[in-house]
Amino acid sequence: MEPPYKILVVDDEPDLEPLMLQRMRRDIRKGQYEFVFAHDGNEALERLDEHKDVDMILSDINMPGMDGLTLLEQIPKVDPELRAVMVSAYGDMKNIRTAMNRGAFDFVTKPIDFEDLRITIDRTLRHMAEWREALATRDKLVAIQNELGVAQKIQQSVLPTEFPTSDAYEIDGRMEPAREVGGDFYDVLRLENDRIGLSVADVSDKGVPAALFMMSTLTALKGSAIGLGDPGAVLTEVNTLLEEENEAAMFVTLFYAVFNPANGLFTYANGGHNPPVIVHADGSSTILPVTNGVALGIAPGWEYDEAAVTLAPGETIILYTDGVTEAMNAEGEEFGLDRLCQILSQARPTGAKQANSIIFDAVRDFAGDTPQSDDITCLTFRRSES
Amino acid sequence: MVTNEQEGGPTTWSVADTKNLTIEGERKSGTLIAKASGRIDGSNAREFQDALETFLEGEVSSLVLDLEHLSYISSAGLRVILLVSKKLQRNSAQFGVCSLSVSISEVFQISGFDKIIRTHSTQADALSAINA
Repeated sequence: MEPPYKILVVDDEPDLEPLMLQRMRRDIRKGQYEFVFAHDGNEALERLDEHKDVDMILSDINMPGMDGLTLLEQIPKVDPELRAVMVSAYGDMKNIRTAMNRGAFDFVTKPIDFEDLRITIDRTLRHMAEWREALATRDKLVAIQNELGVAQKIQQSVLPTEFPTSDAYEIDGRMEPAREVGGDFYDVLRLENDRIGLSVADVSDKGVPAALFMMSTLTALKGSAIGLGDPGAVLTEVNTLLEEENEAAMFVTLFYAVFNPANGLFTYANGGHNPPVIVHADGSSTILPVTNGVALGIAPGWEYDEAAVTLAPGETIILYTDGVTEAMNAEGEEFGLDRLCQILSQARPTGAKQANSIIFDAVRDFAGDTPQSDDITCLTFRRSES
Repeated sequence: MVTNEQEGGPTTWSVADTKNLTIEGERKSGTLIAKASGRIDGSNAREFQDALETFLEGEVSSLVLDLEHLSYISSAGLRVILLVSKKLQRNSAQFGVCSLSVSISEVFQISGFDKIIRTHSTQADALSAINA
C-alpha cells in the first residue's frame, strides 16, 4: 500500500466536504491522503464502483436515502477487505454497537476532533496495509503449495509400485518424499532376453524444475536402455541428451545396471551416484567399486565406463540415494554408510522387500523427530537362492 | 556489499552471513578469493549463488573458491558452483576450488565434480596454478 491513501467520506452535511479538505490540507499537500466524497449510502456505492482503489471509508450513520448501517452491510459485497470508520453522535451507543457488529473497524464521534480523526485514519490504514500484506503472503504460500503439489504428483506418478516377479530374483523400490519435494527416482525396466534394467537417481534441484528434469531423464533413460542395452553406452547417450539444453545447469546423479538372470551378471555404469551396497549371503557387505562417472547433464561428450560383478544366489544389492546416508538425528550426526552396512549384516534380510523395511525403519529410528530434509530412496534387488 | 578497495592494499569483505553460511571475499594479487564457511544445502543455496554473483559483477579474471571451513554441501550447492564455473568459462576467466575437507572431497569424487572442476589441496596451490 502506497500513499496517497484514498479515503471515501460519506456524510449528508454539505459543510463537511470543505471543512475536511481545509483541516486535512497539509496531509493532502504532502500526498498522504486523497478524499472522495458521497452524501449517502447509494452514492457511496457508486463512488466505490468508480474508484476501485479506495483504501478506507469514513461514514456518517444517520443519512437520508441509504444510511450508514445499511451501507456497512453492502461494503463486503464490493470488497470484503475494505474497512470503515463510522461517525456518530456522541453517546449514541446503540448505533455504535450495531455498527461494530456489522463489521465497522472503529468509530469517531461528532463534533469531529480532527486530531483524533487523523490518528484513527492512520491506525485504520496501518491495519489495512498489514492485512493486505498478510493476504498477499497467504496467496503466495498457496501458490507455492500448489507448485509443490504438482511436483510431488509428477514425482510419485512415475515411480513404479509393482515390480517384475520371477523365481530368479525379487525387486522392491521405495521412496519416502521429503516435505519439500526433492528429485529422487528409481525405475525398473524389462529388457530383451529376460534381462532387467535397474536405475536410481537424484536430481540436483527441488520443486517443479527438478520434477520436469526428472521426467526428461526417465524418458531418455527408458529409450536408451531399450535401444542400446549396455549401461555405459546408455549413460553416455542420456548425458548427451540432457546436456544439450541445460541452461540452468541442473544435473542428475544416476546409477544404472542390467541384471542377466541367465548367468547372474550385474553390469553397471555410474553417473556420479552413491555406489550401491552388496550384502553377501553371510551378512558381510561390499561397496560396489565405482566407475569413472560424472553426474549427468553437465559434462559434454562424457564417455561412461561400465563394470560388472556376478551376484551369487542369496546376494542382495541395495541402490540408494544420499537421503538414506545423510539422514540426520537430533545431534546432527549422519546415518552414514557404515551404519547402513552394519544394520544389514545384523538383520540378514532374506528378501528385497524385507531389506527395504529394515533400512527405512532404521533410518526412521535414527532420525527420531528430526525433520527429513531430503527424499529417502532404496531400490533393492535380490538374487534368489538357486 | 561493503568494500574497502585501496590501491595496492589487501581488501576483504563479507557478502553473505546467514545462520549456517558465511561468505567472505578477499583479493590476492589480482585473484578474487571467496571463502565459504558453514553448510550449503537447499535452504541457503540461493544466498550462496547471490553472494558469488555479487563477486562476479565487476571485471573478474580469476576466482578461487576456498572451502576449508565448509562442513557440508548438497547437490543444490554443487549446482551453484557449476553455474559460476560456466559463467567464468564463458568470460574466459579462471576458476578453481581449494582446501576441500575429507567429506566435501568425497562429495566431489562421488558426483564426478572433481573431473569437471579444478580442485587444489591448498589456496596457495590454487593461486600458483592460476598465476602459472
